[in-house]
Amino acid sequence: MDLAYSQEEESFRNEVRSFLDAKLPARIKTKMKLGKRLTKDDMVEWHAILNEQGWLATNWPSEHGGPGWTAVQKHIFDEECWSAGAPRTVPFGLNMLAPVLMKFGSEEQKAHYLPRILDGTDWWCQGYSEPGSGSDLASLRTSAVRDGDHYIVNGQKTWTTLGHFANWIFCLVRTSTEGKPQEGISFLLIDMDTPGIEVRPIILLEGEHEVNEIFFDNVKVPVGNLVGEENKGWTYAKYLLTHERTGTANVGNSNAALDKLKKIAAEQKKGGKPLSEDPFFAARMAKVEMELNALKTTNLRILAQADAGAAAGPESSMLKVKGTIVRLEINDLARRALGPYALPFSSEALEEGYNEEPVGPDYANPIAAKYFNNRKMPIFAGSNEVQRGIISKTKLGF
Amino acid sequence: MNFELNEDRTLLSDTLSRFLSDNYQIEKRHGFVMTDDRFSREMWAQFAELGMIGALFTEEFGGFGGQGADLMVVFEALGRNLVVEPFLPTLLAGSALARAGGQENLIEQVIAGEEMIALAHGEPAGRYELSHVETSATKEGDAYTISGNKAVVLGGASATHLVVSARTSGEVDAQDGISLFLVEKSDAVNVRDYGTLDGYPAAEIQLNKASATLLGGEGAGFDILEEAFAKATTAVCAEAFGAMEAAKDLTVEYMHTRKQFGVPIGKFQALNHRMADVLIELEQMRSAVINAAGNLDADRITREREVSACKHLCGTIGRQVAEESIQIHGGMGMTWEYPVGHFAKRIIMIDHLFGDTDHHLERYIELGRAA
Repeated sequence: MDLAYSQEEESFRNEVRSFLDAKLPARIKTKMKLGKRLTKDDMVEWHAILNEQGWLATNWPSEHGGPGWTAVQKHIFDEECWSAGAPRTVPFGLNMLAPVLMKFGSEEQKAHYLPRILDGTDWWCQGYSEPGSGSDLASLRTSAVRDGDHYIVNGQKTWTTLGHFANWIFCLVRTSTEGKPQEGISFLLIDMDTPGIEVRPIILLEGEHEVNEIFFDNVKVPVGNLVGEENKGWTYAKYLLTHERTGTANVGNSNAALDKLKKIAAEQKKGGKPLSEDPFFAARMAKVEMELNALKTTNLRILAQADAGAAAGPESSMLKVKGTIVRLEINDLARRALGPYALPFSSEALEEGYNEEPVGPDYANPIAAKYFNNRKMPIFAGSNEVQRGIISKTKLGF
Repeated sequence: MNFELNEDRTLLSDTLSRFLSDNYQIEKRHGFVMTDDRFSREMWAQFAELGMIGALFTEEFGGFGGQGADLMVVFEALGRNLVVEPFLPTLLAGSALARAGGQENLIEQVIAGEEMIALAHGEPAGRYELSHVETSATKEGDAYTISGNKAVVLGGASATHLVVSARTSGEVDAQDGISLFLVEKSDAVNVRDYGTLDGYPAAEIQLNKASATLLGGEGAGFDILEEAFAKATTAVCAEAFGAMEAAKDLTVEYMHTRKQFGVPIGKFQALNHRMADVLIELEQMRSAVINAAGNLDADRITREREVSACKHLCGTIGRQVAEESIQIHGGMGMTWEYPVGHFAKRIIMIDHLFGDTDHHLERYIELGRAA
């Protein structure tokens, strides 16, 4: 047991820092700092920069173009990226579909799709949830009926994050109604340009367009787009979810958010003194910091044992529950730190070119909106209640 | 950076765990608690023979451990089995002796189980404040005598030698002017011994001009105490973690066997979701212990902040685990006969050792400002 970073790890950190200093565009950094809205182009630009360096697919094995980092290196990279103000990489292709293709896809599928994720040709989105299938995901009804060399897909997916930017969607579809619901699910890759697909925005409570509904009306999908075997999709779906949830420990993101919170609390005044010196507020900040520091170790411990960059099912559930609780506590404190200046909100001010004088401190505008936006965290990737159910079933035997 | 235990630590952990599961059943433990000593001298001798006292000390003092990771594995096993023998007093007083220097022979005898030591530091009005020392030392010629009252001295009755803090200068709450002394039992040392609620031996100690040997120079006490308490606090958190794991295991087992409404009660989400949360918090607790144990040799602020973070989380998580364990056991959790309550008592009473949840939260914040 040795909690100090080795010399190699320290020099790796320096290498990452110099890279971020040199390559993270100042324009994007500023937007991140002020909580501005990121565009598709911003994200594509950052992906391309990372890919050129060979650091885009941090969880991939080197044979597929990953950097072959240890869990500690990935943690350092994540921490440095967040602290420098780099955008989150878009996870749907990189961290969700790719591990499934590597484990269950055909050689042709790997050779075709993986490089396209890296070079930005494809932007993937996730076709899992349906209006009637949220926590009970296996009850999904979007159907795929075999017709010669094609499947004909009908149904509806929802909560599709950044689906309006995507050109491909991976979908869980029902190919059989025999037996248990889990036994009739298949994993299908669908080109979003295929006729019969319609994407409609869902506006979230704080006013943002982030998620969508996707309708499928007799969409023809080549049978070659099936991943693995027909009716075995539930296994692949669960494997993907462990990867999705592992990322939701959010340690680097929470670290950066906590640093920002400390700056705000030092600047905001209560009774003429910095809010950070108020005993009640200081206590809440200290508590969340202690939990986050423990979580950092929990995350590293679990990932150090994990295979291929994802924790096993129940461990990923544990990281998800605790990670989201910690993240939301920081959001809540940031909102409170602002006092009355949490109230003013301008959606236009989230745009890059907005030049008007801010109402209140220049960092205030997105804070309350972010608090509401992040209420998605204990809901997505399987609600925290679903995670407790998984832990209870697999770790406790109920 | 890595979190793996090396081969020696794994062996240490396995040896102690096996010994305890063979020799330290809870009924036996209750028997030890009921004796005049409130622990078993025979067990203590066996622990010494097994090298478990030596595991608390570094090689230069004749031990073969003494690092954070050693304390972590030893105390976790002690907590899992609610061991009442005086490991914690030995670690506290022994760390102070080792750091002060000049008592290598005594430490060797302690490791061999021949002599016993305890740290008499806390005082009736001191609460958890490390710098609170009213007890005073007077120098006459080259000799010191000590007078004052020491409170809740763990292992104070059985100790042959006491490490006592006393003021050689300064105000009651000043960090400066605290010195440490070695005091042997005599008529000038009045010991009122008792058992704690969770079954551990402790004592109130009155010193009336007791002869004392200065340890480590006048005024050196505070720094030595702080380091000794850093180790002991980390160790007691590991002990609490062991007790929490044991309480959790008992509770999960009970949830499988106890049936109501025709099904094991673990089938109810109202209960199993709460145990899922307990599992998550136990992972956090383990991480907090690792963070503290792994930073015992770090710079002062880092070390003390990690220790305070660990003890704070130990208090909050411990309370959750202890209270849920009793609640999920229902009436059975309220009985003396069923073991879970004894684990709950140990976990909660540990919050009262070396600073509670609130004390360490406040301290963590203050240390952060000093950083």
